[in-house]
Amino acid sequence: MSATSKTQEAEPTRRDFIHILAVTTAAVGAGGVVVPLVHQMNPDASVLALSTKEVDLSALEVGQAIKVMWQGKPVFIRRRTADEIKEVAATPLSALKDANARNGNIAASADAEDANRVVKSDYIVVVGVCTHLGCVPLGTSQGEVRGDFGGWFCPCHGSHYDNSGRIRKGPAPENLPVPPYQFVADTTIRIG
Amino acid sequence: MSHPSIYKPGTAIERWLDRRLPIVRFGADFMDFPTPKNLNYWWTFGAILAVCLVIQIITGIVLAMHYTPHVDMAFASVEHIMRDVNYGWLIRYVHANGASMFFLAVYIHMFRGLYYGSYKEPREMVWILGVVIFLLMIVTSFMGYVLPWGQMSFWAATVITNLFSAFPIIGEPIKTLLLGGPAVDNATLNRFFSLHYLLPFAIFGIVAIHIWAFHTSGNNNPTGVEIKDVKKDTLAFHPYYTVKDGFAIAVFMLLFAAFVFFNPNGLGHPDNYIPANPLVTPPHIVPEWYFLPFYAILRAITFDIGPISSKLGGVIAMFGSIIVLFLLPWLDTSKVRSMRYRPVAQLWFVIFIIVCLALGYLGGQPAEGDYVLYAQIATAYYFAFFLIILPLLGIFEKTKPLPKSIADSVLKADRPGMTPIAQAAE
Repeated sequence: MSATSKTQEAEPTRRDFIHILAVTTAAVGAGGVVVPLVHQMNPDASVLALSTKEVDLSALEVGQAIKVMWQGKPVFIRRRTADEIKEVAATPLSALKDANARNGNIAASADAEDANRVVKSDYIVVVGVCTHLGCVPLGTSQGEVRGDFGGWFCPCHGSHYDNSGRIRKGPAPENLPVPPYQFVADTTIRIG
Repeated sequence: MSHPSIYKPGTAIERWLDRRLPIVRFGADFMDFPTPKNLNYWWTFGAILAVCLVIQIITGIVLAMHYTPHVDMAFASVEHIMRDVNYGWLIRYVHANGASMFFLAVYIHMFRGLYYGSYKEPREMVWILGVVIFLLMIVTSFMGYVLPWGQMSFWAATVITNLFSAFPIIGEPIKTLLLGGPAVDNATLNRFFSLHYLLPFAIFGIVAIHIWAFHTSGNNNPTGVEIKDVKKDTLAFHPYYTVKDGFAIAVFMLLFAAFVFFNPNGLGHPDNYIPANPLVTPPHIVPEWYFLPFYAILRAITFDIGPISSKLGGVIAMFGSIIVLFLLPWLDTSKVRSMRYRPVAQLWFVIFIIVCLALGYLGGQPAEGDYVLYAQIATAYYFAFFLIILPLLGIFEKTKPLPKSIADSVLKADRPGMTPIAQAAE
């Protein structure tokens, strides 16, 4: 009898080890199953392959704007008039709702003065997705409302952007982001 | 089930089966379930909802045989269903209007639970499971609305997935995970179709435990008084309530058919017959009518609250308006279940219904001018009702005397205006 009770006392640690080992193995296995099952929902290789786009701007007249698709999102490109450039350059930072440049080409801490929002001041290039809830603001095509600040106007919930794509009025929290892009020729840009 | 089984296998086959798989006994016990004899027509919406779910599943499976979940073909395949598939127009209109009927019934069902205190001890789990079903219904119908790939489909998907980006740090990764890319696209449509097919079966499963839960606690009833004597207070579910529910289902189907056959697009938005265009946002995005109150709450938060931006605040308020329902059993402190005996609560309840309808109206209006202010007032009342009014009423309200039993309330008029039928019955 005493021998049995001794083994019963000694046994729990060995048994505990097996339990811990089994549960740990099952947990690692479950993790191995969860990762691919969740990660398959992230953007796939074919979606990521579409991540750069070249746009020829030579046909764009002064005052004109176009929309191009980049990564499934519209990108607005406007060739601004001299007056428009003067106006947005003169806007003090204190008048801005979001004082961050939101420019993918420069440091994240840069402020939102117009010079920090463009590569060449003639062209303003922004992602055309309202930072509120993702609608496409109006103002690119001819005849569309351009809002109180002459840039873009989101009809969904009334956000007004200026000609530098900065939020000036309405519920949107941030400026329209400037996508990473560079001029590969005088009038050709590569976005992404 | 919580009542003793009175099933007696009649035939040799039934006796054989009963020892091996008591499935006939299960069905018989289900049908014999002792049900309070005073249930009114507000209690028929449970059965109506079960019918709605079955209709949605059957029509949905049939539609999936003809639908193509691809951005280039989805819109055309829906038109193909409408024009080419035999009776495709009927099946699609039943499915589309069925969603509206489902929500109409569920809102009535929820207001009934609210009025008669069906969420109170010991039915907290019944109520919580019901809120889970409601949440799953919201997700399912939202994803289903995206499938026709019209303008409203596309932009609803864009706006709703963007809600998640309001959350700091985890928001953007969650949004990307939902979309499968930087924007709503083919990957999004595919996964929404897959989940839209899956979730109704999840709802079906939770409906089963919802029923299991109230078969354990017993049905609530208009008096809110528990069953004291099964013989005097209850009737068998079949045939008494199968007949009553059946009649209510028939009347409900009249309304359903009226929409399907006479105004099938009345509850929809005409813009959803324009194919999805990622470059053009419709000037006025509105969700389906059954989401309008929540949309109004989302848009009512137009101001920053400390570090919380107005966008995040709106999202929190919208999710909060449903989360608060989970807490309702503990927020309502009153010992009396049914508002029939709570004259003050009745008043606040009526205002609550008016506020919910007003939120629905405001959600459909542009978010500008006075509409915003009204939506803010209504939102404040919505939350105050649950977080302030119900907790305080339980302490301060003087309730009316409760009837001694369900049988007593049926036989003796306990409300002014009710005819005493006691003598006639006894």
